[in-house]
Amino acid sequence: MGNPFEYAPAPESRAIVDIAPAYGLFIDGAFAEATDGGRLKTVNPATEEVLAEIAVGGEADVDRAVKAARKAFKSWSALPGAQRAKYLFRIARLIQEHARELAVLESIDNGKPIRESRDVDIPLVAAHFFHYAGWADKLAHAGFGPDPRPIGVAGQVIPWNFPLLMLAWKVAPALAGGNTVVLKPAETTPLTALRFAEICVEAGLPNGVVNIVTGAGETGRALIAHPDVDKVAFTGSTAVGKEIARTIAGTRKRVTLELGGKAANIVYDDAAIDSAVDGIVEGIFFNGGQVCCAGSRLLVQESVADELLASLTRRIKTLRVGDPLDKNTDVGAINSAAQLSRIQELVAAGEAEGAERWSLAGELPGKGFWFPPTVFTGVTQAHRIARDEIFGPVLTVQTFRTPAEAVEKANNTAYGLSAGVWTEKGAKALWTAQRLRAGVVWTNTFNKFDPASPFGGYKESGFGREGGRHGLEAYLDV
Amino acid sequence: MPSAILADPAEVTSSEAALRRFLHGLPGVDRVGTEARAAMLATRSIKTDAKVAAIDLAIRMIDLTTLEGADTPGKVRSLCAKALHPDPGAPDTPRPAAICVYGDLVAEAKAALGDSGVHVAAVATAFPSGRASLDVKLADVAYAVAAGADEIDMVIDRGAFLAGRYRDVFDEIVAVKAACARDEAAGGGSAHLKVILETGELSTYDNVRRASWLAMLAGADFIKTSTGKVAVNATLPVTLVMLQAVRDFREATGRQVGVKPAGGIRTTKDAMKYLVLVNETVGSDWLDPDWFRLGASSLLNDLLMQRQKLATGRYSGPDYVTVD
Repeated sequence: MGNPFEYAPAPESRAIVDIAPAYGLFIDGAFAEATDGGRLKTVNPATEEVLAEIAVGGEADVDRAVKAARKAFKSWSALPGAQRAKYLFRIARLIQEHARELAVLESIDNGKPIRESRDVDIPLVAAHFFHYAGWADKLAHAGFGPDPRPIGVAGQVIPWNFPLLMLAWKVAPALAGGNTVVLKPAETTPLTALRFAEICVEAGLPNGVVNIVTGAGETGRALIAHPDVDKVAFTGSTAVGKEIARTIAGTRKRVTLELGGKAANIVYDDAAIDSAVDGIVEGIFFNGGQVCCAGSRLLVQESVADELLASLTRRIKTLRVGDPLDKNTDVGAINSAAQLSRIQELVAAGEAEGAERWSLAGELPGKGFWFPPTVFTGVTQAHRIARDEIFGPVLTVQTFRTPAEAVEKANNTAYGLSAGVWTEKGAKALWTAQRLRAGVVWTNTFNKFDPASPFGGYKESGFGREGGRHGLEAYLDV
Repeated sequence: MPSAILADPAEVTSSEAALRRFLHGLPGVDRVGTEARAAMLATRSIKTDAKVAAIDLAIRMIDLTTLEGADTPGKVRSLCAKALHPDPGAPDTPRPAAICVYGDLVAEAKAALGDSGVHVAAVATAFPSGRASLDVKLADVAYAVAAGADEIDMVIDRGAFLAGRYRDVFDEIVAVKAACARDEAAGGGSAHLKVILETGELSTYDNVRRASWLAMLAGADFIKTSTGKVAVNATLPVTLVMLQAVRDFREATGRQVGVKPAGGIRTTKDAMKYLVLVNETVGSDWLDPDWFRLGASSLLNDLLMQRQKLATGRYSGPDYVTVD
């Protein structure tokens, strides 16, 4: 069975990125140290190598950033939309020009395969800026009345799974609508946001329109609690989302929350099986399953369950786990030691509760944070692994007999961000999609994003929509 | 998946209705998903040692083809010489699997190739249109087999297939397969049968999957994409669907069938994409000239140039490989 050709390593060169030993905060168009000199390190999750030290913004720093944003808001919101569009187009083009560099930087800092950062993340980042650049001078025609107004200063906190893409989802519509922003990237993945700050300078964006304050949870809390922040936008865990909701309850602040998910991927017996298998793999192993809309619960019709699982296992065996910078890598590193231990804890719970575990065999790199693609069978709704968001490359498999049962099981979750339906019958796909309580329902595909398409959750997956015209509404006083 | 739907091959081919029921009961092919998968696999990066191995493998898989109306015995002889010595400057260069010619040139090719191990494949059955009476088609096959063809590349009757007359297509392949038998005087055995689906004319991936199963049920040793004579020939997604079909067919019946994309595969880069497709869809069992072929005429020279570049570190150019 020896393979006449094994793929030789094909690593993308990291020479294209230039990482400074230390970074400050980006406030009012310039980099500055944190007031109290706080620092933390960001590491490459694939090697545990320290990449850089970043400043930890305290309350005083957040205050400076919000003041800068407030000052800039006056002139930025007064600019004609076409002028704001000009800056956004410029940023979009600069992102395209620096696409390779940004992709490498993202993969180094996050641990995701270069194939994904290069082919998915960065092109989508540019696409979002292009999309909202197009809206900037058409706000009066967006369907929100003749004269929608910007809200003011947006305080934005984003996660580590799609660092630059989540920045784009938040910054692009905010700026298009005439708002200014203070953004806090995740503490484990700040590097592309800091590089983005430099791109803003290169684009000649007026000072204070975009401010980047790095740091961990405390910095985020300070930003969200700041009295002069008009609009809060957060993507991250449901626990933090609830804390944010409590913090701003009773204030005048607007809020959108994009939280966790536990998406069902429903495969009917009349599905195109080969593509369904590809879609299941894409749904749960894209970005190592560290995706809030990951298709982590496979619901497969009992009559095809055995055959589908055999195909799925065969397909997973072709996945390459390893160096994120290798162009042939399919599954990269887990973003942090903390996340890895959460995955391990939930997988152990799955085993303890009697579900049957299958993991991709093969040696994982000695250093860094790794978890092999894993499938649990014999899972029921009562299992913790079927209820809690694992946020890792772990798929649970359940079966169903009728469409009604599939929908019932799919909806029997605290979350409602996304879902997938696989069938060759259009009417059945629509019947199912109409009954699924999820913000996005993909049919015969999974994890596809487009700047024109709104994205957001039901139930504990949060509220508000990002993307498209709907995403614009969250940044407008309508 | 297929084991459940193909309990008894004899039963599903027992009548027109049973055959139709079976072929239309195969799992559908999602166009978007299939094309996305093929496009993703096309981004695999093949470098250094893997590339050296892959180039030699691709050379061994080539059916070096000339199917022009203007073909002459002389042209076929030089093509055979090329197969025997692909790169005169590098004697370690492997030989392609076969020479593929029209039936009337089989004897010429056989004589030129001798017992070198390079096979002679002949296109038959009123290639490329397939529009002739069954008697004519079978005579075409018998003629090529008698002339010594090791492999027969037949075309299916696309008109019958598109009209839903699956049984006619099936019967014709069965008859051609029978005509591939060599008589005892010629050493017995049977020429290998490659069935050309002409996927460009079948137009949907569902049709490609059905035609693949139909050909395999009828006894094809290989299924082949195209004649190279229509607007759309081999593509990666079509080949992906055919690879899935042979994989599922083997799982259902235990019989392994080969795959041959043909037409339009010109560069080393293209060839690498096909090998990756094989590697990740059906695995190493098919990474062998016995089970995967590339129907091509100009691909060999590009592979040879890439081979020279890997060996010397320099790209020498088209004058350093032979034109025919």
